[in-house]
Parts: sequence; structure tokens; C-alpha cells
Amino acid sequence: MIDFGYTIWIPLIPFFMFLILGLFGGKMKPMISGYLGTLGLLVTTVLSFFAAYQYFFQRTGEEAFEKIIASNTVWLNITDKLHIDVGVMLDPISVMMLIVVSTVSFMVHIYSLGYMKGDFGFSRFYSFLSLFSFSMYSLVVATNLFQMYMCWELVGVSSYLLISFYYEKPSAVLAGKKAFIVTRFADLGFLIGILILSYISGTFDFEELTNPEGAMISQGTALTFMGFSAISVALTLIFIGGAGKSAMFPLHIWLPDAMEGPTPVSALIHAATMVVAGVFLVARLFPLYYLGAPDVLTIVAYVGGFTSLFAAIIACTQLDIKRVLAFSTMSQIGYMMLALGVSGYGDHDGLGFMASMFHLFTHAMFKALLFLGAGAIIHSVHSNMMTDMGGLRKYLPITHITFLIACLTIAGIPPFSGFFSKDEILVAAFHHDKVLFFIEWAVAGITAFYMFRLYFVVFWGKETHYHHTPHESPLTMTIPLMILALASIFSGFIPFNELVTSDGHGFHIHTEWAIAIPSILVGIVGIAVAWIFYKKESGIPAKLAASLKLLYVGSFNKFYIDELYMFITKKIIFNRISAPIAWFDRHVVDASMNGIAWVTNSISDQIKELQSGQLQKYGYVFISGVILLTFAFVYLWFN
Amino acid sequence: MDFLTLFVVVPVLTIVGIIFTKDMKQTRMVSAIGMSIQLLLSVALVFMYLAERRAGNTSEMLFAHSYIWFESLNISYNIGVDGISVAMIMLTGVVIFTGIFASWTVEYLSREFFISLIFLSTGVFGFFISIDLFTMFLFYEIAVIPMYLLIGIWGTGPKEYSAMKLTLMLMGGSALLLVGLLGIYFNSNAGGGDLTFDILEIAKVNIPIEAQRLFFPMTFIGFGVLGALFPFHTWSPDGHASAPTAVSMLHAGVLMKLGGYGAFRVAMFLMPEAAHEMAWFFLILTGISVVYGAFGAIFQKDLKYINAYSSVSHCGLVLFAILMMNQTALNGAILQMISHGLMTALFFALIGMLYGRTHTRMIDQMGGLMKVMPVLSVSYVIAGLASLGLPGLSGFVAEMTIFFGAFQHPDTFHRILTITAAASIVITAVYILRVVGQILYGPIKDESYKKFDDARWYERLSTGALIVAIAGIGLAPLWLSDMINESLNPIVDQLVQVIIK
Repeated sequence: MIDFGYTIWIPLIPFFMFLILGLFGGKMKPMISGYLGTLGLLVTTVLSFFAAYQYFFQRTGEEAFEKIIASNTVWLNITDKLHIDVGVMLDPISVMMLIVVSTVSFMVHIYSLGYMKGDFGFSRFYSFLSLFSFSMYSLVVATNLFQMYMCWELVGVSSYLLISFYYEKPSAVLAGKKAFIVTRFADLGFLIGILILSYISGTFDFEELTNPEGAMISQGTALTFMGFSAISVALTLIFIGGAGKSAMFPLHIWLPDAMEGPTPVSALIHAATMVVAGVFLVARLFPLYYLGAPDVLTIVAYVGGFTSLFAAIIACTQLDIKRVLAFSTMSQIGYMMLALGVSGYGDHDGLGFMASMFHLFTHAMFKALLFLGAGAIIHSVHSNMMTDMGGLRKYLPITHITFLIACLTIAGIPPFSGFFSKDEILVAAFHHDKVLFFIEWAVAGITAFYMFRLYFVVFWGKETHYHHTPHESPLTMTIPLMILALASIFSGFIPFNELVTSDGHGFHIHTEWAIAIPSILVGIVGIAVAWIFYKKESGIPAKLAASLKLLYVGSFNKFYIDELYMFITKKIIFNRISAPIAWFDRHVVDASMNGIAWVTNSISDQIKELQSGQLQKYGYVFISGVILLTFAFVYLWFN
Repeated sequence: MDFLTLFVVVPVLTIVGIIFTKDMKQTRMVSAIGMSIQLLLSVALVFMYLAERRAGNTSEMLFAHSYIWFESLNISYNIGVDGISVAMIMLTGVVIFTGIFASWTVEYLSREFFISLIFLSTGVFGFFISIDLFTMFLFYEIAVIPMYLLIGIWGTGPKEYSAMKLTLMLMGGSALLLVGLLGIYFNSNAGGGDLTFDILEIAKVNIPIEAQRLFFPMTFIGFGVLGALFPFHTWSPDGHASAPTAVSMLHAGVLMKLGGYGAFRVAMFLMPEAAHEMAWFFLILTGISVVYGAFGAIFQKDLKYINAYSSVSHCGLVLFAILMMNQTALNGAILQMISHGLMTALFFALIGMLYGRTHTRMIDQMGGLMKVMPVLSVSYVIAGLASLGLPGLSGFVAEMTIFFGAFQHPDTFHRILTITAAASIVITAVYILRVVGQILYGPIKDESYKKFDDARWYERLSTGALIVAIAGIGLAPLWLSDMINESLNPIVDQLVQVIIK
């Protein structure tokens, strides 16, 4: 048995780094804090890779991969048996996520040394990055659902802080607020789901919750909550939390706006790690979903499928390159969700699960590469808009080549990694639900189109007049690009079917060419269309937009979902709920209290007249009283 | 002299010391020394208490002493603490300590100001160590009355109106409370024997159910007024808005907790049958408080009003949890009192510091403060994050414990209420982030802001101490929660017996 106790340092080192940089960062030279943060992450990256190596390749025998609790302590006692622990659990998906988080985070740390150089708040940036890394590491290695929820909130707040990093810019502040509130709303679902689940199961531990032979799965299905199957309700609510974080329709509205944050942040948080937390959550609870509430998985599949199509359509018309990538991220996460939704459990049935994790891995690499590449472009032309770009391949050779590799990867062209992972998803979908398969097949084509639209407009197209000649970025920025490009090329050859599977047992896969060839073809068609439309300036896109006006306008305006939310929050919640409550409090509740005071006051005003001190008045009252009493007595006497 | 009495004696000695000071500098120095001793005493008390428990002392109240001071009515100065009161004393110690430093620059009648402030804290400390109803009530009044002077003299805005309103409403509550307490007293010899004010003695007898039905609502509402029970909360926004900084801190941070503490230790503990019967009604009221306060806060423009409504919501959650009547929820209620006490004190301290510079509390008149005073602004963000329940800060621990406790009730009524209350965490996020975005972020609103200096040393001390306490509880809540939990056992046993019956 290998001792994994050292893995506790993987989350702890960034945490201490956060404290150091947060408390003393202001007094350090900016570069020092950057190097410190990067050094801390280097150590955790080494530890993560070492842990992965030990976990995957030094196991004894050939039995299944098991969940290993490397450390665990009680954090809070809730009831006699229910307690919240914090600790580190290693299993195939958490170890895989350690690799994803540490690789991308380390690349982003290095890249930011160049990208953020000279920015106001450089050490603040690195302390926030450390906070995020700490939260994300703790999230993926969580031993129990509640630890995951806590870290879930913490990554949310790191995301908020980093989106609002340029806090003097009102749009960044608004975007941060929006991201936090929308995900908070979804997290409410997560929280209530946890409440229900822990109430019926009496535990938060993943080991007990997801054990196929455990009490939860074998007996929990019979329990009801307000008339519905308790597990289904709980898991649906938990999925809402995951959908919020992973920007699934209709909770996606925060992600495009989140691009207001610095680009390295978009690469790390809003492309590679935090936004896939929702997928990770469903994967983490997968046995419970599949064996306890398979109906919820259908919801997961369709939400994922719809989101991937919806986002891909919007991505075709956006002009801000970061927003194109944001919608692309949504679309790709939709793929992962769908793959989980169509998956079975155990051996080859769990193909969808494996494919989802595979795609999560490859997507993290190529999408981080795309964002960092976009950052290098933005860095050199000082604009986000595609309309300000064109012909950049001459000026930015390294960025150009790496960006092209990423585009080919996401378009699913073999032998790049995206082809393998996407192909597995299509196979899994094909054997489960033909409708979803065709949607995803079409999305593969649309994806190739919008990515190459971006590529051709930025790197080919008509050269815009630049204020000063764009220049290639420094090495701190290009080296991460090259490393991630290598990862994008080769990560497709990692044998996920042997390592990361639904039940820990490896299984054999073979390429189904009947599905692979159409998917390659549709990708090539997408690229070709983009080539015709955008390689040189042509009138075709404008004509097409004019003929499909409704679709174009809808897509360009993101189908008005933002406006809908705006209407609900501003017009209904603010003006129709909050304002009346404030009014009611002032004019009814408080006024009645003041009313009581006023009544008391005026009564006492009346009463005090009696004590006037005038003898005549007293005598008058006295005589009247005597007369009245006399009459009363006389009257009573004679009756 | 016994150890607990020191908590009353030290403030009184400090007051005597202040009388002999000559100017503001001496006054505040004496106050700071006195309250630092008080803080050290509270910390010492925590350690002594834990040591005593570890040594195996299982009696309900530790360090108990009793001196009869009014024999014919059997009123005694009867003191003792359990884990709950220890936690509350610790809270009070921190808040009064930071309150002194937050009012470091009060120049107008500074001697009288600090005397009133410390006098108020004497009442609070006395309240938490008493286990005699009458003595408790006495200390309670001692805590409430200086408030009138503090707001009326050192306040801002319509201070006479607010002071009057606050005092009268709290006095109204006290009147109800006094009747309730006397009701308990006259029913405290159900098994024969002397009438008594001793809480532990009364807990052993069964007050007749008819009497409970009459006196429980009186006592609960009486304390509830102080705990901002809807619809008796309207003193809070006006009162806080007019009160000087330290008074707001102490009032929202500690004094409002007297309401929750009393409602739980007196009303629920002594009259569990009636509590069980009437819980549904008060649950609805507190459920309304939680959501209503949060929605009310969204619409406000004055920082103090926002925080006052937020307090209505958070303190509503305290009473809400108490009424759930199980161990987890009660534990959550106590944690929430402590957590809310700390973070609301931090909020009011910061609002005072911001006001001292910008001379406004209107959020639409401020902007971009992060750039000019990062330390204060970051503290404000931390306070906000604690308030919206970020893990790692105290609010999260308390809220989660409450929700888990409330969720122990499997019926639809409690379920709906719990989910409604839980929904308030979203609304809280809305108003907190709105304020942060408006006043701290964005471009600098006014050129004159650039001249502002960041936190002075006494301001750093005040906010720093509170932040350390908030983060300390948030990161390592186990010891505190276990300490409270252990002391809840006898109380919960009492309640459970009733519920089973």
C-alpha cells in the first residue's frame, strides 16, 4: 500500500501562498509575488504528477482502481452521526483532475508573468490565483459532498474576485456580480439537494453514497420526498447546481460576461477547470445517478445536448474573440454532460462516462491553449474585437501555429486529441439515443465552422491598419502555448479506457469508422465553408445573414436570454417585490408602531387637562360627581 | 471574589477610573485598558471552561455561585456559565474591545460617552452570567437604558426621535417580559415549596400548561422585540441609523443577541410545552423576518439601513432556528448569534470609518473607495462575504448548521419554511454585492477622495480583531460547536421529553 499522505500538501501549499500574498503582497515587489505564486504552483504540480504516477502505475496487481482516502479529519459535527469532514480522496477522476488543474494552472501562472506585467494589482492577481487553485484542488479531492459544496462556493468567490479584477471598469464589476449571483442561485439547488440527500442517507461520504452495493443505492430509491422519489429530487437539484457552474442553458448567462476578467483567468477558470466542475460533480455521483435515478440522467443528456447546439449557433455570429471562445466552451461542456447522460455503468457500458472524462481532459488542454492564444492576440493588438484584426499570421508566428493546432483539435481532425475524445462521445450517444447523436454530429460541423471563422478572420483576411506593428509575445507567454499545443496533440493517445472508467475496471475500445468518418467529414466541411467565407473577404456571410435575418439577429443577440433575466430581476424582483416590501415596512409596520405612540401621546394630552390646578374646575367636577352619585343612589334605592 | 463576578467588577472599576480622567486621551486610554483586561478575561474564561470540562466536571453550570440579596422574594445573585454563555461572553468581550477602538476619536463629552458605553457592556456581561431570572432582568435593563442617552446625545440625524422610538419599543418589550417572568415566578412551586427565580430550579418543575400558554408568548415576544422579531423590528433601522458607531456595533452585535439568548434560555427552556404548541406561529413570523429583511435590504440606499435590514434577516434566522427545537438547529442558532454579532459589528465599524471620511452613508454618492483605501475596503469585502455565507468565514458554519437542523423535521410545513429561509442566501448575495460594487469598485467618484487616508492603527486593530475572530470560527468551528453542543444536552433533553409526550 502506498502512502499518499503527502497529497494533503497539494491544496495546502496554494492556501498558504494565498495568505502570504494576500497579507504581504502589497509590500513586495510585484515580480517577487509572481515568482512566489508560480513556485508554489510548481511544487504542487510536481506533487500532483507524482501522485498520478503512483496511483495509476504503481498499483499492486491488476484489480480495479479504488478510492483511497489519503487523509480525513472531522471539521464540524452536525448531528450524532452526520459530520462534515475535510480530506483528500484519490480515485481515477480526482487524480485526473489533479493533472488537469495543476497543468493548466501552472501554465497560466507562467503566462501571467508576461501577460499581467505592469498591471495594477499584480500581487493581488497572484493571491487570487492561489486562492482559486487551493479551492479547486480541494474540490476535486473532496472526500464528501459537503466538502465539495464548500469548495464549490470558494471557487465561485475566486471567480467573482478575478472577473472583477479590473474593478475600476464598471462592466467588469457588473459581470462579476452577475456570475456570482447566477451561480449562487444554482447553488441553492445544490444545497437543498445535499440537505435532502444527507437527510435520507445520513452521510456525506462519497464512498458510501456511490457504492453500488451500499445502502443508499439499494434502499434509497424507495424513499419519497413530498411525493416524488427522494433521490430523483435530490439529484435533480444537485444537477441544477452543476448546471449553474458549468453554464448549462438556461443558467449560462454569466459565462460570456465573465470574459471581462483578465484572459489568463478565462483560460484557467472559465474554460479548463471551474466550469467543468458541474461535469465533475455528476461524474462523482455517477453510480448514484445511474443506479438510483436514471430518469435524471435523461435530463442531464438533453440539457447538455441542447446547450451544445444553442451555444454553437451563437458562437457563429459573435465578434468578440473571447466571447466566441466562451460560447464554444459552453458547447463543449454540453458534450461532456451529454456523454454522462447517455452513459451506462460498468465496463464497456460506461463508455459515455469514460468519453466525458476524456473530453474534459483534452478540452482543458486545447481550450486553455485557445484562450491563452487569444490573450496573446489581444495583447498585441489591444482589442478583443475580430473586426480590429486580420492577417496576423505574419506578426505572430508562434501564436498562429499553436492556435491552428488548437482549432484543428477542437474541430475533431485526427490525429489531434479532440478527435478521439469527441468520437467516443458520438459513439456513446449513437448507441443510446439517435436524436442526440445527430444533434452532436451537426454541432461538430458548426464547431469546425465557427472556430475556423475565427482563425481565418484573425490570422488571414484583410490586414487591418494597426496603430503600431503587432509583435510576438515574450517567452513567458509563448512557452505555455507550446507546451499546451503538445498536450493538445498527444493527449488523445492516453489510454483513458484503461485508466478512467465508471467502475475502475479497464475495458477495450475500438474505433467505429462508421461513426468516425462522418464526423471527420462534417468537420472538414465546416472548415471548408469557413475557408470560402472568410479566408479572403467575401460578401457571402453578409448575404447569408440577410437571408437568414431572424436566425442571425437572434443568434447575434444571444437569443435575448439576458434581456429576459434583466426583466425578471429588475422589473419583477426589484420593483414588484423589494420596493413594496420597503414601502410596507415604512408605511404600514412602522406607521402602526408610530400610531400606537401617537395614540398614547394624545390620550395623555387629554388626560393631563384634568390636572389643571384650577380650583374652580376641581370644585365643578366635584359637585357634578356628587350630584351624579346622589341621583344614582336615589335611583337604586327606589328600585 | 469568584471569577465570574470579575466580568461585572472590571467594567465598573473602569468606569470609576474614567471619572477621574481629565481629557479625552486619558479617558480612552483607561477605557482601552479596562476593556483589554475584559477581553483577556473572556479568553481566559474559554480556556478555563474547556479545561474544567476536560477534567470531567459535568455539572450543568460551571463556576457557579449564589448570594441571596432579597430574601423575602427569594431573589439571589446567582451566577454560573455553560458553553453557551461562555461563547456569548467571548463575543461580548471582542465586540466591546473593538468598539472602544472604533470610537477612538469621539471628542464631544468623551468621558460621559465611554462611561455609558461601558455601563451598557456591564449589563450585557451581567446578563450572560446570571441564572436568576430577576437578576438577569435587572442586567437586561441596565443594558437597555444607556442606549437612550448614547443615541440621543452622540447620535446623528433625527437622533431624539430614534432614541425615543428605540427605547420605548424595547421598554414595551420589557414590560411584557416582566409580566412573563413574574408569571413564571409565581408558578415555580408547582410541587410545593418556595417560589424561586432560579432557572435551573424552575426547569425541574412543570409549570402548568395553562400558565405556559399565557406566559410563553409574553416572554418570547418580550425577548423577541430585542431580537428584531417581525413586526416589532422597526426600531432597528432607525435606531441604528442614528446611533454612533460603537453603539451600533454593540447594539447589533451583542444587545440583539440578548433577545435570542433569553428567548431560548428562558422562554423555551422553562416553558417547553407551550413552546412546542405555539412554535408554528412564531416560525411563520421568523420565516417572514428572514426573507422580508433580506428583500427590504435590497431596496435601501443608506449603508446603515442596509445593514439594519440585513440584521433583521440574520437575527430572524436565530429565532427561526431556536423554534426548530432540536439540537442541531439550536447549535446553529447560537453559532449564528456569535457569527452575526462579529460580522455586524465589523460592518458598523467600517460604515463608521467610511462615514468619517466621506461624510455620507448613501451608496449612490460613493464609488471607487477600493483604490483610495484598500485596507478598509478589503475589510468591507470580507465582512460582506461573511454575511453572504462564504465557507471559511463564520456565517457559513452557522447558516449550514441551522439549515441541517431545520431539515430534521420531515413534514411539509417545516420543509417549505426551511427552503424559504435557505433561499435568503441568494438575496443576501444580491444586496451585499450591490453595495460592494457601488461603493468600493468602479471609478473614483470624487476628486476629494484621493486625499483620504487608509485605516489608522486603532481602526486596523478594531477591524483586524473582528476579522481574525470571524475567520477563526469559519476555518476551525469544531471546538466552538462542540462546546455549545455539549451544553445543549440538558436543554434538548427537556425539549425532547415534551415532544415525545
